[in-house]
Amino acid sequence: MLGWELPPHNSGGLGVACFQLCKALSKKGADIEFVVPYTADHSGVTFMRVNAAHPQDVQAVIRAGIAYDSFKYVKSTGEIQFVDLFGQVAIYEKAVERIVEEAAFDVIHAHDWLTCRAAIRAKTMSGKPLILHLHSLESDRAGKPFGGNPLVREIENTALLLADRIVAVSQHTKDAIMREYEIPGDKIEVVHNHYDPSGLIAPIGLENAYTYLEDMKKQGYKVIANVGRLTIQKGLPGLLRAFQKVVHFAPKTLLLMVGSGEQRNELIALSAELGIGQNVLFADFQRGKGYRDAYTVADLFVMPSVSEPFGLTALESIGYGTPVLLSRQTGVSEIIKNALKVDFWDVDEMANKMTALVQNDALRDELHANSLREYLRYSWDHSADKLLDIYDKHLQSQPMETAA
Amino acid sequence: MTKAISMYLHVHQPYRVRNYTVFDIANRHDYFDADYDHRTSNERIVHKVAEKSYLPTNQRLLKLLNEHPEFRLSMSITGTVIEQLERWAPHVLQSFRDLTNTGRVEIVGETYHHSLAFFYSRDEFEAQVQMHREKVQQVFGQTPKVFRNTELAYNNDLAYWADRAGYKGILAEGWDKVLGWRSANYIYRPAYTENIRLLTKNYRLSDDIAFRFGDRDWSGWPLTADKFAGWLNGMHDAQVYNLFMDYETFGEHQWEASGIFDFLEHLPGEWLRTQGNIFTTVSESIDTFQPVDTVDVPQTITWADTERDLSAWLGNAMQSTAITNLYGLEQAVHQTGDLALIEDWRRLQTSDHFYYMCTKWFSDGDIHAYFSPYENPYDAYIAFMNAYHDMCSRLSQKGVLL
Repeated sequence: MLGWELPPHNSGGLGVACFQLCKALSKKGADIEFVVPYTADHSGVTFMRVNAAHPQDVQAVIRAGIAYDSFKYVKSTGEIQFVDLFGQVAIYEKAVERIVEEAAFDVIHAHDWLTCRAAIRAKTMSGKPLILHLHSLESDRAGKPFGGNPLVREIENTALLLADRIVAVSQHTKDAIMREYEIPGDKIEVVHNHYDPSGLIAPIGLENAYTYLEDMKKQGYKVIANVGRLTIQKGLPGLLRAFQKVVHFAPKTLLLMVGSGEQRNELIALSAELGIGQNVLFADFQRGKGYRDAYTVADLFVMPSVSEPFGLTALESIGYGTPVLLSRQTGVSEIIKNALKVDFWDVDEMANKMTALVQNDALRDELHANSLREYLRYSWDHSADKLLDIYDKHLQSQPMETAA
Repeated sequence: MTKAISMYLHVHQPYRVRNYTVFDIANRHDYFDADYDHRTSNERIVHKVAEKSYLPTNQRLLKLLNEHPEFRLSMSITGTVIEQLERWAPHVLQSFRDLTNTGRVEIVGETYHHSLAFFYSRDEFEAQVQMHREKVQQVFGQTPKVFRNTELAYNNDLAYWADRAGYKGILAEGWDKVLGWRSANYIYRPAYTENIRLLTKNYRLSDDIAFRFGDRDWSGWPLTADKFAGWLNGMHDAQVYNLFMDYETFGEHQWEASGIFDFLEHLPGEWLRTQGNIFTTVSESIDTFQPVDTVDVPQTITWADTERDLSAWLGNAMQSTAITNLYGLEQAVHQTGDLALIEDWRRLQTSDHFYYMCTKWFSDGDIHAYFSPYENPYDAYIAFMNAYHDMCSRLSQKGVLL
C-alpha cells in the first residue's frame, strides 16, 4: 500500500482514513506493507508493517508541502532533503522501485496523486494490479472544476488511465473523476470513508481547552465551529458572510475557526470588514486536546466546503456530541442524512439554518441524537469488504502463467 | 345473512409551509405561498394529485354509482383541501359534488384544518369542527352525522364528546390492542357513552389495498377484485368490513400502472354477485347492524405506524416544541380579532406539519420521507418555527402581549 502519511504525522484526513482503513483490512486478513515517504516512529501501528521509502525525517516532507499542497515550491538550499513536493514524489518513486524489486505482493493499492508515479512504476515493474484510491482530486484542492496545477493534473490523469480499478471516497468524487478526466464510471467504485468510534478520545481533564468559550456559553452564548485547513476548497469566506447574518439575528453567537492555511490572513481581514471581528475566534492548527475540545465546545459544526471529497471531521464532530451543517458538495453528506444541508454558495440559507440551530435546543438535540445513531450504524468493515472484493476480482483476472 | 362493505375515503391536502427563512420573519407573512416549481408549492401538488388521483377516481366512482344502485360509500374532505380545490381546481371540486349529488355518498365530519386541536384546546377543536360542518353544508348540502378525528386519533374522551355533540357514530382504528378478542367487523358502543356507535377500521383488509396492493413481494399479489371479494365471502364471523383509507390511495399512493383503478372498478360488481352482500355508508352501517359490545379506550390510538399512537406527530422534541408553542399563542391570536392572522395560525395547526418533522425512521427512507416535501425533518421544523416567530412578531406589533 502506497500512502503519504499516517497519524500522528498527518496533516489531515488522508492519514486518518488510511490508518483506519488498513486496520479494518488487516482484521479481515489482508497482509499490508504500508510505504510512507519518511522515517518515523510508528510503534503504535501493530496491524501492518510501515516502511519508510526514504530515510528522511517527517519535517523534511512536511516542509516540502503537506499532502494537500500542490502549488508550494520551496527553493533548494543545497541540502538533499530540501526539495519541493514534486521532488518528494520523485524520491518516493525511486524508493518504491527498490522496494518492488525485493518485496513479494499481490496488489498495489495507492492513495492520492502523491503516490501515483510510484504506483505506476510499481505496476510496470511487477505487472500486479493497481488499485488507485482517491481521497481528493486536484480540482477539489483548487476549489474549482478543471482547476489546479497542470502538472498534478497530468499525473492524476495518467494514473487514472493506467489503474486497473479506481476507488473514490464518495459519489461526489466519482462524479468529479468522470467530469475532470473522462474516466468511464464503471471503472470507479465508491467506497465511503468512515471515522472509527474507537478513534474518539474521552475528554482529558474537566476543563475544556477553550475556557473563554465555556465562560461565554454560561452567559448564554452559542458556539459554531469549523475545523479544517483555511484554504479555498473549504468555502470559508461564504461561512463568514453567512455568520455575519447569524450575528444580526442572534448576537450571542461565536464562531471558532480551528486550522491554518493560506487564507488565514484574508479570513481574519474579512471578519473585521464584516464587523464580526469580536465574534470570530481563530485558534490556528491544533492537535490533541485543543483539536478535540473544539468539537465538544461547539453547539454546531459547519462544513461549508466548495468541494469536499469526503469530510471525516463531520463524523468526528458527531462522535464528539455536536450536530453538523454540511454543504451538499461534500461526500459525507451522502451517508449522513441527519444533518442540516445547504449549497455552499447559498449564504442566506446557511445563515437561516445556523440561526435556527443556535436559537433552538430541540433542533440541536434531535439533530445530534439521530445523526449519532446514523454514524454508529456505519463502520469500516463494510468498506473493507468492498475493497477485498475488488482485490479478489483483480487477482482472479490475472493472466495465468502457462508452461508454454 | 347480510354482510356489508363500508368504504370510507379520506381527502386531504395541507397548506405546506414554504422555505420560510429567518430573513422573512417580520417582513412578509406568505408562509404558504411557495413558487410553483418548488417542492412545497401547494398549487402544484393540488394539480398533480387531482390529475393522478382525484379526477380519475371520481370518474370511476361516478360510473360505479350509476351502474350499481346498491353501491355507496363515505368520504371526508378537509376544509383546507376544499379551499385549495376552490382556488386552483374548481372542476375537481365539482367532480366531488357530482358524487354526493347521487345521494349515496356520505360526508363524514372532522376538523376543518385537519388538526390535533382536540388534545390541546377544546374550544379551538369545537370551532374547527363547526367550521367544517358549515363548509360541508355550503359545498355539499349535507350535515355530517358521523365523526372522525384527525389521523383517526381516538380515545374515550373523544367518543364522549362526539356523543354529547349529537353524532350517531365515530370512527377509529380497529387496533388489536384495544379490541382484544373482538373483531373489527362489528359495530360497538364506546365506553361511557349513551347513543353513539363505534366503527372500527379493518386495518388488514384496508392496508391490503392502501399499502400492499402494488407490492410484488406480497403473497397476496396480484390482488384482483374477485380474489378480494372471495376473501371477504370466506370470512363468516363478520357483519361489516370497514375499509378506511386515504383517498389518494387510488392513483397517488398506488399508481395507475399497479392496476388499482381496475380493482376499484370491479369490486362492486364482484361483491354484489353474492346474495346478501351489500354496501353501506357509515350511517347506514349503524342503522343496519346492532352493537355487539362496549369498547373501552383510555389511551389515544391512531391509524399510523406500528405503534398506532401519536408518536409520528408528537414523538420528538422538535414536534412537541412546535405544537406546544403554537397552541400557546391561542389567546393572543384570538384577542387580535384579525381574521387573516387567526386563519394562518389555524393552517399551522394542520397535523401534516408535525408529521414532516418526524425523525422516527427518517434514516431508513421509509413512508414518512415519501410524503414529505422537505429534504429532511429539520428543514420542516426550521421553516415552521420561522413562521411561528413571525406570528409572534405580528402579535406584538398588534400590541397583544405574549
